[in-house]
Amino acid sequence: MREITLTLRNQVGLHARPAALFVQAAKNFESTINVCKDDRAVDAKSILSVLTLGAESGAVITIRAEGDDEDLAIAGLQKLIESNFGEAHASA
Amino acid sequence: MRRLEGIPASAGIAIGSVVVYRPAVVSTERRPVANPDEELTRWQRAVERAKRELTEIHRQSAATAGAPMAAIFEAQRMFLEDPALLEAVQSQIRAGVNAEAALSDGIEKFATMLANVNDAYLRERAADVRDVGQRVLRALAGADANPLALLNTPALIIALDLSPSDTAQMNRAVTLGFATARGGMTSHTAILARTLGLPAVVGLGDQLLGQLADGATVIIDGQAGVLMIDPDDATLAEYRSRATRWETARQTAQSSAQTPAITRDGHRVEVVANIGNLESAQSALAFGAEGVGLLRAEFLFLDRATLPDEEEQYTAYRAIAKLMGTRPLIVRTLDVGGDKPLPYLDLGKELNPFLGYRAIRVSLANPEMFKTQLRAILRAGAGNNVKIMFPMIATVEEVRAARKLLDEARGELATRGASFAEQMEVGMMIEVPAAAVAASLLAHEVDFFSLGTNDLIQYTLAADRTNERVGYLYDPLYPAILLLIKQVIDSAHAASRWVGMCGEMAGDLDAVPLLLGLGLDEFSVNAASIPQVKSLIRALDLRAMQDLATRALEKSTATEIRTLVRAAIQKT
Repeated sequence: MREITLTLRNQVGLHARPAALFVQAAKNFESTINVCKDDRAVDAKSILSVLTLGAESGAVITIRAEGDDEDLAIAGLQKLIESNFGEAHASA
Repeated sequence: MRRLEGIPASAGIAIGSVVVYRPAVVSTERRPVANPDEELTRWQRAVERAKRELTEIHRQSAATAGAPMAAIFEAQRMFLEDPALLEAVQSQIRAGVNAEAALSDGIEKFATMLANVNDAYLRERAADVRDVGQRVLRALAGADANPLALLNTPALIIALDLSPSDTAQMNRAVTLGFATARGGMTSHTAILARTLGLPAVVGLGDQLLGQLADGATVIIDGQAGVLMIDPDDATLAEYRSRATRWETARQTAQSSAQTPAITRDGHRVEVVANIGNLESAQSALAFGAEGVGLLRAEFLFLDRATLPDEEEQYTAYRAIAKLMGTRPLIVRTLDVGGDKPLPYLDLGKELNPFLGYRAIRVSLANPEMFKTQLRAILRAGAGNNVKIMFPMIATVEEVRAARKLLDEARGELATRGASFAEQMEVGMMIEVPAAAVAASLLAHEVDFFSLGTNDLIQYTLAADRTNERVGYLYDPLYPAILLLIKQVIDSAHAASRWVGMCGEMAGDLDAVPLLLGLGLDEFSVNAASIPQVKSLIRALDLRAMQDLATRALEKSTATEIRTLVRAAIQKT
């Protein structure tokens, strides 16, 4: 089992499109993946469950992965979160 | 007369008779089923049908209601693929419960959890979950279309709440306004009403529906957030005159915004919009845009896990091009860099992303990705007035490399037999000082220039405009900037090329007179600035502005230039 604890630094946290991106990314891995906030742990491949965490910007979350590709899963999800989900504003 | 107060969701006044929308209720009563396997099949068919419907509505609303509305249906479709929801429902069905009851339990479980999170956004998503549940229930019952789609006489729509599915299927031509019992400023009804410019009051309370029957006369005052039921004659008369005044004021602003920007001595310039998606294209037209001078294509690339394919890009560009009709649409190719990271494209972490790997540099280094975008733009140009523009060009070599890939993209489309624009104007942004200095060389390589002054100013003065300590250097009226702009416009005109500007400077009312005098052909500004820029240009005289520009270039400081311009404008 591998786990990592991260702070959400994007604007909206695990809401809206970032939540969808996170779940889509999690689905790419075979491992069982949970995402935990405070004392709740939910299936990272379930968009509805992830949304119910209400993880806003600044929230601290822990991701746990267990399975053959657990290292890849943790690295991939960490990269997505640390890129702030590609969130940015276009400018002229 | 009864008066109800709610939340003012969208301004305007609507007076008329109501249609009270009560969605068909499908029974979710629990009953045992003899054959759970058959029930599972019935459930799966209903889910498949609901997913097909959502895919179709997503496609339609992307074209008519804009990307944010369309994204809602994409999210709803994801809910129907959610393993936690599917398992909650299917485990009950396997235990012998009917699909309707199992679905209703599963939906309520998640909707309640979302509604209980202290977050306005998530509470609205609870409505999405219930909406998708209703859709599957209708599919299970084999029920048909939404009654709102069948509406055929002008009416105000009263409802408990309107779901995205309801509003997507509604006959908009006959909808005068909305009043709903539930919902807030960010509910679907509110957002849609503002997009369509229809008056709306939301959050009127659940007692609303009990007080109204079809055909009742009501007034919706979207500004005050008030609904009046069975108004008396005096109130009706007052609101009719207010509605007329509101409409007149709107039309006056509108009508002058829709007329062209011609100076007093008869010189016409184009005033177009900078936009970021289909929705902003719609509002740009309402503000009087004569086209789009800058479409930031990044909306297709940001906030997602994978690159958009050619088809998706083509559909998005074509939707905007169609909306513009014969008006021009200039699509800028991808403009990303280390400050706008993309999960699917390794841009690296750079010490200095604004001087690094970004914009055309990224496109040229990823030719397949770039050609995918070029093919999509070329195809969107078939039968439409689409032009292409490369960002952040610094050298002639870069333009030639980009044009070579554009030729390859054309060749690929021709081989495939696809229809595309054979002749498309190709332009480049002037935002790197090197390009401004060498404009006379670059003018032979492209059909037009567009001055990207936001970056041009910060690169020329070596000052990051978001850094407060050097912010004083970010001023478009510095002589260095005006000299560069003059150099670019003169070089382009000498080669018979036209020049636009898509930076904020084009909407700066102190700069507009000088830009006009320097010979700028096209002003591309944020939609809301269009009416003001047009009316300023109409008050000016081209020859006087040419003199003004000459005198401005004799000054040494930005302050002197600003004083000179303001004094000249006051006289007109």
